[in-house]
Amino acid sequence: MKSTSLRRAAAPGALALSAVLAVSACSASNEEDDDAANTASVEGGDELSGTLNGGGASSQEAAMEAWRAGFQEATNPDVTVNYDPVGSGGGREQFISGGFTFAGSDSYLEGEELAGAEERCGGTVVEIPSYISPIAVIYNLPDVDTLNLAPEVVAGIFAGEITAWDDPAIAEDNPDAELPDLEINPVHRSDESGTTGNFTSYMDATASDVWTFGETEVWPDVGGEAAAQTSGVVSAVEGGEGSVGYADASQAGELGTAAIGVGEEFVEYSPEAAAAVVDASEQVEGRGDTGLVYDLARDTTEEGVYPIVLVSYHIACLEYEEELDAELTRAFLTYVISPAGQDAAAENAGSAPISDTIQEQAQAAVDQITAG
Amino acid sequence: MATRTRSEHPPVRRGDRIFSATALGAGILILLILAGVAIFLLVQGVPGITAGRGSLSGRDSFWAYVGPFAFGTVFASIIALVVAVPIAVGIALFISHYAPRRVALALGYIVDLLAAVPSVVFGVWGITVLSPALVPIMQWLEDNAGFLPFFEGPTLTSGRNMFTAGLVLAVMILPIITAICREVFLQTPRLHEEAALALGATRWEMIRMTVFPYGRSGIVSASMLGLGRALGETLAVALVLSGSAIYTFNTLAAENSGTIAANIALQFPEASGTAVNVLIATGLILFVITFAVNYTARKIVDRRSEFSGAN
Repeated sequence: MKSTSLRRAAAPGALALSAVLAVSACSASNEEDDDAANTASVEGGDELSGTLNGGGASSQEAAMEAWRAGFQEATNPDVTVNYDPVGSGGGREQFISGGFTFAGSDSYLEGEELAGAEERCGGTVVEIPSYISPIAVIYNLPDVDTLNLAPEVVAGIFAGEITAWDDPAIAEDNPDAELPDLEINPVHRSDESGTTGNFTSYMDATASDVWTFGETEVWPDVGGEAAAQTSGVVSAVEGGEGSVGYADASQAGELGTAAIGVGEEFVEYSPEAAAAVVDASEQVEGRGDTGLVYDLARDTTEEGVYPIVLVSYHIACLEYEEELDAELTRAFLTYVISPAGQDAAAENAGSAPISDTIQEQAQAAVDQITAG
Repeated sequence: MATRTRSEHPPVRRGDRIFSATALGAGILILLILAGVAIFLLVQGVPGITAGRGSLSGRDSFWAYVGPFAFGTVFASIIALVVAVPIAVGIALFISHYAPRRVALALGYIVDLLAAVPSVVFGVWGITVLSPALVPIMQWLEDNAGFLPFFEGPTLTSGRNMFTAGLVLAVMILPIITAICREVFLQTPRLHEEAALALGATRWEMIRMTVFPYGRSGIVSASMLGLGRALGETLAVALVLSGSAIYTFNTLAAENSGTIAANIALQFPEASGTAVNVLIATGLILFVITFAVNYTARKIVDRRSEFSGAN
């Protein structure tokens, strides 16, 4: 009931927004060429029709369902958006080979892949951070309501160096909690995953002297219990008292989630705190105003920032050969980063809506997508 | 004259031709499918065998990568076999020689029904019901039999270890072993059994003297079929087993050797490029292991059949 009413409320907003954007986008491109397709979309954003094929990161799958439904229902009933969750690597690969018109990826393009993508697009590549998902450190200690974990402690637990809950390192940050004399059972993903990649990247950035295994999407040989997929990790943590794991915050359920040490304070995850980390990060140099990619400031000390997040990008071309591809991509990505799209994803996938600043920058990048 | 012609050229009707062609076609088809799978595994797998560190999750060579999983595959299957074969033989004997006819029929149906349960259901059952239920038993084993390398512990609190995985596999291969053993035991010549009884043997002695020798090759081939299923079982293991790329005989701890099939299922969705070839190459290794097991089983059955008492 709740979801229906929200979607209904959001729909007119999205319609109005995309119509405005379609007009502004076209007025920019009209200066260069004035063809029939552009004129058609000026009359109404809802007259687009066609098929948009994309694929990539499976982390975006749940959000993509919401986006696809919202995009089609609200404004573009004749557009079919396909998203094949083949994984980030596969998504980038098939974007470069031309199989996908756009790709979703948990990491941005670098080196050879960036060169390949530029070659495919015949120029600049658009990358926007459209999906931010907080990763929670979940634990199963029935008598402990709040748990503060400093970065070195998180790394120590998952590296197998801190093995008991009443370890002085944990007790120091939790003076009020009654920590049991129990062994810690760290749970990790057994499948390759962007969640693991981002979690290890966090430990690598904040406590590299404790976590010496670097950033890796496949869990390294440090032991601990292995479980398949997010649901497997959650059920493994639920199943064993004294277990601790990492999972999409939206899936944490009844389990306790740890507050993570940032600077002098401990931050509980929240959508705002998770989205704030992108704002606190520096854009990667040399990528212009369309390559909105960030090396996340995991070791930030800024107040109210939750540093363990997964940021997933959408990758598209600045110039497409086909007018239709450009229009569909522009319209769809516009919806994705719009407040309506971000709210739909937050509701369906538990993601954190991107901040207004990022939204503006991303919109400016998306507006530049044209057909060459 | 007529008789001679018939013996040299037996009469061939159209039905015979169609039947022989269909049978021949079916025989060739299965060979083609097998050859196709083998060629696919070879062509796609060979680049994986020579792959570099980047596609091997940091391992130095393909063999270092596949080794622990090959070990885990065989280890889990052996546990399953050790548990399942005695139980299966017991059930089969009960059905064929002890139970009243109506009970035997019903029990036979129930065992066959077990084979129809999808493996993902076994996996979910293993996670939600079996593993928590087994934790006290594991704890007891760790406390009382901890001197054995298998029960060294410490017991994983969620119970998702090799011990549970082996038992889930045992339940899964139980029906196929039971069904074949039951059929083989029922084939024991009536005369052998009656002769044994006439010589004053008790029922158990009769079974030991006639049913077991006659059915030995059948038990072996049933076990090998079960082993084949256990080796290739994917989803249940992927869900139940907390598998890592290590070698260990410890069945209770959080770190267990993963299996090849489960590893493929877990890593394939996010794999791209050479990593896919590496996974297919591990599939090739599994293919070779399964082939070796079947070949050995065939050898054993062939050798035993001479002494089976069937002649």
